[in-house]
Amino acid sequence: MPELRVEALTHTYSAGTPFQKTAIENITLTIPQGQMVGLLGHTGSGKSTFIQHLNALLQPTSGKVWYDGKDINADKFARRDIKGQVGLVFQYPEYQLFEETVYKDIAFGPKNQRLSEQEIDERVREAAAFVGVEESLFERSPLELSGGQKRRVAIAGVIAMRPGVLILDEPTAGLDPAGCRQILDNIRDYREKTGSTVILVSHNMDDAARMAERLIVFDHGHVAMDGSPEQVFSRPEELVAIGLNVPHAAAIAMALRQRGVRLEGSIYTHEQLKAAILGAKEAGVC
Amino acid sequence: MLKDITLGQFFPGDTIVHRLDPRTKIVLLIVYIVALFQAVSWWSYALVTLVTVLAMTLGHIKPKNIFKGLKPMLFIIVLTALLNIFYTQGTPIVEGWIITWEGIGRSVQMILRIVLLITGTFLLTYTTSPIALTDGLEKLLSPLKRIGVPVHEMTLMMSMALRFIPTLIEETDKIMSAQKARGADFETGSLVQRAKALLPILVPLFVSAFRRADELAVAMESRCYHGGDGRTRMKQMKLQGIDYAAFALGAVFLAAVIVLRHFGL
Repeated sequence: MPELRVEALTHTYSAGTPFQKTAIENITLTIPQGQMVGLLGHTGSGKSTFIQHLNALLQPTSGKVWYDGKDINADKFARRDIKGQVGLVFQYPEYQLFEETVYKDIAFGPKNQRLSEQEIDERVREAAAFVGVEESLFERSPLELSGGQKRRVAIAGVIAMRPGVLILDEPTAGLDPAGCRQILDNIRDYREKTGSTVILVSHNMDDAARMAERLIVFDHGHVAMDGSPEQVFSRPEELVAIGLNVPHAAAIAMALRQRGVRLEGSIYTHEQLKAAILGAKEAGVC
Repeated sequence: MLKDITLGQFFPGDTIVHRLDPRTKIVLLIVYIVALFQAVSWWSYALVTLVTVLAMTLGHIKPKNIFKGLKPMLFIIVLTALLNIFYTQGTPIVEGWIITWEGIGRSVQMILRIVLLITGTFLLTYTTSPIALTDGLEKLLSPLKRIGVPVHEMTLMMSMALRFIPTLIEETDKIMSAQKARGADFETGSLVQRAKALLPILVPLFVSAFRRADELAVAMESRCYHGGDGRTRMKQMKLQGIDYAAFALGAVFLAAVIVLRHFGL
């Protein structure tokens, strides 16, 4: 199974000038194929710098990144091929749309991979289906779609390269609640159907709690926490100290416990909270 | 990579040069350029160089920063120097060569002239914030309003353009990364291919520039902006003692260069 492995990764911007700034320092971690990872951290914690190393957009100042057993910075061909294997969706990806039609814009990535017409067509339709872009929109200009639709077309443009790892930087930023839910559902479907690794960068704790099976918390260019949502959300004080929040459900559970309500198990989703409260009611402790 | 471009960069500071009124500095720059083109002899070049170095010292501008700004001009400087070396008549340095003593002298003077010219303009932009600069320009050009020149609008456009250069550079960087992540290739291929490869950057960049312009217009209108008529300023520009002193020194400097030229020195 291909896995993504990061070894002692350090990146310093403008090295050797007065503006020198180390964004990430000595990061080592392994992400096995198929994992759904939530990447958390406040603005400037280095998470954006980190994800740009995973598809060789940025080259490490020191350290190595391996995918499927290969050094992704080995040579310029490796750096080119990795772009199709590790798909990166930037924040506000709708600002990168440029083609005349939705179809052509989604086809941009596969075209750069030099696939056959037929293969490109297949992938465009597949990617559009994954994010819920109807084929009737294919001949429209991407610039005249609604915000949510644009966002989905842009995500389809990356999915169409069939990456084994899909990284999304704040995919729900600026969308209404319905749009958020839809995009997150699309991402979950995509992962279930293709078995891809998904790395979701977010500072929305509720999204992270609902989606991810592993959370990595960045703070000042270091990995502050790395574990299952239970493990990470069981340390709310540390999260708050870093400048992050806990999910609403975890905050409510914490408040109830402080008031003497005995809730069982770890709680960080609404479902768990509901079950725990009902359980406590049955046991007669509240 | 795009961030390395220095475009009339401003170095904040609190020196005498920084404190001068922007109008004074603009006028003095014109005086300086006129003086520079009046200089013909080594004496006058020495005087102009001395004044430049003095102004640099007073404004705490490091030579390193000037050299960084000169780099893009290197080609023109070298070309001018070479042309002057080879195309000036006079006494050859070695019998039968084209290179003459006069040619060498002229090309050194030409190099000096270009370097001093650029250094002078850098002194202005390094010590004056873009806003102060356009405000000063507006005040200086305001007599032209009487004959219908839209001075306020022109200077407003200038300051906006300056304001948005860093924003657009950052935006270009972002769009480039996003397209690279989709496998776009900007570095290889023939010239035509590379020009075509710019399309995925230019289209989103234009779209976003128009969006920003729209947003800015709405923001200005919702704050009741309606042109320059009757507009007052928070920071009133007033000429101080040092400004008058600077004008006097500028006049003496220009006179000295003209006198030197007159006496053929």
